[in-house]
Amino acid sequence: MRHATEGKERGRIVLRAENLWKSYDEGTVTVLKGVNCEVFEGQTVALCGPSGCGKSTLLHLFGGLDWPDSGLVLVNGVEVNRRSNLLRLLRHEVGFVFQLHNLIPDLTLEENCLIPTVAAGIDRRVARERLLELTERTGLSHRLGHRIQKLSGGERQRTALCRALMNRPKILLADEPTGSLDEQASKAIFDLLLDLVATEGATLLMATHDRNLAGRCDRLVEMHDGKIHEHAYAG
Amino acid sequence: MIFLKLILTNLLRHRIRSLISVAGIAFSVAAMLTVVTILQGAIGMFSSILSNDSEMIVFERDVSDLFFSNVPGDAAAEIGRLGMVAHASPVLFGIVSSEGHPIITCFGVTAADARIQKAAWLQGDRASFAKHDDDVVLGTRAAEFLSAKLGSQVQIGHASFHVVGVLKTANGFEDGGVFMPLASAQSFFHKQGTSSVITIKLRNKEDAAAFKSMIKAKYPNLIALEDEEFTRSYSQFRILKATAWAVGGCGLLLGGLGVANTMIMSVFTRIREIAILRVNGFSQAQIGGVIFGESAVVSVFGALTGLLVGSCFLYALKLIPALDGYVDPAIHPLLMLVVLLLALLTGIAGALYPAVYAMRIRAVEALRFE
Repeated sequence: MRHATEGKERGRIVLRAENLWKSYDEGTVTVLKGVNCEVFEGQTVALCGPSGCGKSTLLHLFGGLDWPDSGLVLVNGVEVNRRSNLLRLLRHEVGFVFQLHNLIPDLTLEENCLIPTVAAGIDRRVARERLLELTERTGLSHRLGHRIQKLSGGERQRTALCRALMNRPKILLADEPTGSLDEQASKAIFDLLLDLVATEGATLLMATHDRNLAGRCDRLVEMHDGKIHEHAYAG
Repeated sequence: MIFLKLILTNLLRHRIRSLISVAGIAFSVAAMLTVVTILQGAIGMFSSILSNDSEMIVFERDVSDLFFSNVPGDAAAEIGRLGMVAHASPVLFGIVSSEGHPIITCFGVTAADARIQKAAWLQGDRASFAKHDDDVVLGTRAAEFLSAKLGSQVQIGHASFHVVGVLKTANGFEDGGVFMPLASAQSFFHKQGTSSVITIKLRNKEDAAAFKSMIKAKYPNLIALEDEEFTRSYSQFRILKATAWAVGGCGLLLGGLGVANTMIMSVFTRIREIAILRVNGFSQAQIGGVIFGESAVVSVFGALTGLLVGSCFLYALKLIPALDGYVDPAIHPLLMLVVLLLALLTGIAGALYPAVYAMRIRAVEALRFE
């Protein structure tokens, strides 16, 4: 994958941050201090840095879950706007995977995965075909009717991964996706994540503390004190 | 299906809370239904007294209550002689009390009155009515609570009367009433030469408008109304109906507050879940739909349970001997529909604030919510 990095960098920019500023608590805590960043189509990018440096905030801004105090966020060349294109962004362009799986516990695996398709009004037959395809690839096809409480931590995270990819988004935003798993499960999930991203032709921007996992991405972006300090290529 | 599951999941997750909400709406609906049905039944019964074998009623213009209406006897006689009138029956209403019975309705009627002629006489015979001034005929329930039978002397108000008959009618008011000869009633209630109303049967119903115009022209102090028109416009009926709906509405309001409370709790306990839906592309409208859907399910279940409870309660009331004839347990389909719609509206109104709150939840903050 690393061999392809240079080529990918010359490709289309799918995520772009221009001089992003973001603060909380009425401006007393500034999390992002003029962040500029670009992610190219098909890249896998690890966003590393200490806790509180602004990794999650940056992911949230790219996903339209939060708004910058100033600066621009562009996804596929279009400014993320809280009114016009937010739903389209969340339904079709980006998928989220969180550290905590964020599944609805009383629903089954199948129902959880189908939520994005219900939101987007996707035909049920089409949605179910996609569900079967993803659960087959993630080894969950035998667990479709199981409630989330009955699944292991790894299975829950794989379910979250399936859900994030249900509507075929071209950008996957992952916030510590293996943070709550043991080393073995963590490696398995990350392998799966990279495999899915590659086969789906998606772009991955992942916040992580795990340097080993980060080293397997195309790019590693360091964040510190609300700024991007260096762009280091993995390896 | 998933949308419906999202609605039902939360209701099933908090079963007791959901049941309490359903019960709140159910009791409100049952209360509204019972109060409205009883009062509408009472109004219907009173109307049927007036429309007994007649289709029009003549009474004093601008009186607030028919008990205060005075129609001169000569007017009654003149109206009865009109060519378009098949028969005119003056009726005097009065209320008296006797020991242990604070309210007894008295009807001063002529021997030719349909109430006397068409009722089923259980004791005595029609021919004996109005032979003497102190003769009375009792409805079966009145005979029961006055412990009287044919030939008894009963104390009504300040006078003693001789029972010459007991008759059975389907109307609770009539069945619990005392029928006096018109002249005796006029004397007893100090309304000599007058009646409260004249019930009119026309030879041809199409003459109703002409009859009303004629009454208006010839007797400016009187007014003639068709029975339905009277039921619609009589101020006492309107007050009763308004009261019934107001009482029922208060019940429904309380039920609505119950739903609001439930829905607020529902939203507060699933903030994270709502955020998950938002992150996965649910629009504000879809989130609102889930919350309103939940309240709609509660309201519809509550309303249906309330209809069932209310109907059972009304049937139970009808089975009480003392209320026989006073309660009509038949619930009008339109009333059912109105009550169902009101319950649904109440539920939706109760879910308004919680839904708006849910729609405004910011996913990024809510995902941090534990």
